[in-house]
Amino acid sequence: MSRKLFALLIFASLMLGACGGAATPTIRIGINAPLTGDIPKVGEGTKFSAEMWLEENGGTITVGGTEYPVELVIEDNESKGESAAAVNTKLITQDEVHVIVGPQSSKQAVPAGGVANDQKTPMISPWSTNPNTTLDRPWVFRTPFLDPFQGPVVANFVTDEFGFTKAGVLYDVASDYPKGLAEFFKSGWEDIHGPDSVVAFESFTTGDADFSAQLTNIMNAGAEFIFTPQYYNEVALIVQQAHELGFEGPIVGSDSWGSAETVELCGEDCYGLFFSTHYAAEGATGATKAFIDKYNENYGYVPDDVGALTWDALNIVKQAIQDCGEITGDLEADRLCIRDAMANIEEFPGITGNMTFTEEGDPIKCAVIVRISEEGLFTFYKQVCP
Amino acid sequence: MEFFFQQLINALQLGSFYALIAIGYSMVYGVLLLFNFAHGDVFMVGAYIGFFVSSALLGLNIFGALALPLSVTLSLVLVLTLIISMALNSIVGMLVERIGYRPLRDAPRASAAITGLMIGIILETGNLAILGPQRRSFPELIQSATINIAGVSFTNKKILIVFISILLTLALHQFVRHTKWGMAMRAMAYDYVVVPLMGISTNKIALMTFALGSALAAAAGILYGVAYPVLDPNMGILFGWKAFVAAILGGRGSILGAGLAGFLLGFIEIFVATIFPSTMRNLIAFGIILIILTFRPHGFFGEPFSAQLRL
Repeated sequence: MSRKLFALLIFASLMLGACGGAATPTIRIGINAPLTGDIPKVGEGTKFSAEMWLEENGGTITVGGTEYPVELVIEDNESKGESAAAVNTKLITQDEVHVIVGPQSSKQAVPAGGVANDQKTPMISPWSTNPNTTLDRPWVFRTPFLDPFQGPVVANFVTDEFGFTKAGVLYDVASDYPKGLAEFFKSGWEDIHGPDSVVAFESFTTGDADFSAQLTNIMNAGAEFIFTPQYYNEVALIVQQAHELGFEGPIVGSDSWGSAETVELCGEDCYGLFFSTHYAAEGATGATKAFIDKYNENYGYVPDDVGALTWDALNIVKQAIQDCGEITGDLEADRLCIRDAMANIEEFPGITGNMTFTEEGDPIKCAVIVRISEEGLFTFYKQVCP
Repeated sequence: MEFFFQQLINALQLGSFYALIAIGYSMVYGVLLLFNFAHGDVFMVGAYIGFFVSSALLGLNIFGALALPLSVTLSLVLVLTLIISMALNSIVGMLVERIGYRPLRDAPRASAAITGLMIGIILETGNLAILGPQRRSFPELIQSATINIAGVSFTNKKILIVFISILLTLALHQFVRHTKWGMAMRAMAYDYVVVPLMGISTNKIALMTFALGSALAAAAGILYGVAYPVLDPNMGILFGWKAFVAAILGGRGSILGAGLAGFLLGFIEIFVATIFPSTMRNLIAFGIILIILTFRPHGFFGEPFSAQLRL
């Protein structure tokens, strides 16, 4: 290529770029989701919910009378922390998104939140309950309650419901969410029943399929029930193996159980078990019901909590953009404006309940105890508010 | 005491899988001096083949429309699934050898090992691309019944898994020891260069070695599905690596050695989690193996010099 032609091309592209800047800028929202890897059903729920949200809004957000087109950039983080951080870097630097929704589980949200905060891009995690996700990170927000709240909720529920005094815990030591929640549960339980009332505190590492040694230890220690804050694929294996080893007490879980696939993989073994979560699809009313019905109609199954929380997160993003007043096309200024607007939201009526936001960007909201019915449905059992 | 026996049964079950997979590693290494790093993923493919064969036989899931007209009993389904899947997976194994390794027969061993890793990745991601990332729930092939003897609780599944894996290990051992094909395999392990001069086709023996190893991997995959009925495309990675450790521990090329080492690894993993905090499980378990290998670098049944290979 001759030098002249090259110069001409550069000039032409500069001109085009200038023209592009004059039009209404597109709002780009990055979605950082686990589409493959350990928890693909969570990724699917995120993607479906986000696509449905875009469709519902007609692909635009109106800010101060101007209609801005919205574009979703959905990227896969393979359910890995390091990939989630890499996805955030790509979304921020390459796709130039204004705001990131995700990642979902704390294992990915904790490292990815660091990237978003360092690169000054607002991020909101719909599902991550570990405190470290937003801790000392002014650019990072979330929509679910936190594990320091959820742990004691489960401890109180089991105490009230069954009157047990000896707990066994089985958790994945290599993943932020189960490890954090197991520890919060332990301290919550010991606050009620005194030291050493968690008789077995057993762990495994991600990818293990055999839990027989740990379960035998738990049974040998005389635990009356097992608390296992694991994801749906492990829940099925843990519950079945516990039953095969002859464990007869209840097995209690946390919000990570709330996937549409838990019952599919676990089957009858999981019927009658309880877990704490963000919302219950059965018996929902109002906007929550409208969301569930629409999702069910579009994709053929009842959305799990991830889908509902993603919906809330996107609506918070929408409100922050609208509160911001104007999208200028200057990426840095827009990101700052959206962050400030998001930090200023004090109350938000979501489909997973009303949220009041703290200084840290964490919501205060109620938890729900769900029972898996004899038909394999997640039925509302009890609501626990802070 | 009950507690000990309970853990012993847990260990036997876990060891069964390691044993069956380790034998595949060990045989290929004995005959071809090659670490077939794709073997863990061949195990995964075997489990998926078992999933589809048993679903078809039971008329489940996607096969609802083709349900077999005859009503077959569960135990017959299990036997048929084992036989058909082992046959199909041995074809997969032979393809791996033919496409991946034979062109590299004379290449440096490192190239072949890297090829193995790549075949493994192709199998994983290929599965991901074709079948999607969602987990598969393995059909229940054995009506689970819990047996309780003197406080020790175990299922009929566990007994069957341990029984089948020991049976297959012994059968393979007999095959290698007492048949002409087995003799050819041992000859090839003994001297790679002279064997073709005796009129034995090294290509055929290599194919057969892969076929046998993959058939055992398929059996391991189905038994895995029976014990842990959640399948995913990456299930072979961790299990494959652990079985590889067992193969090294057993001694290069030794079938019984690999089998025994597989069970030993199961025992170490379970009892480490029993005695020490389970947080330290892998650290201590593999620390123990490192110490064993320091004192017996050739494993339990391996020989220091390549000319002394045993199968």
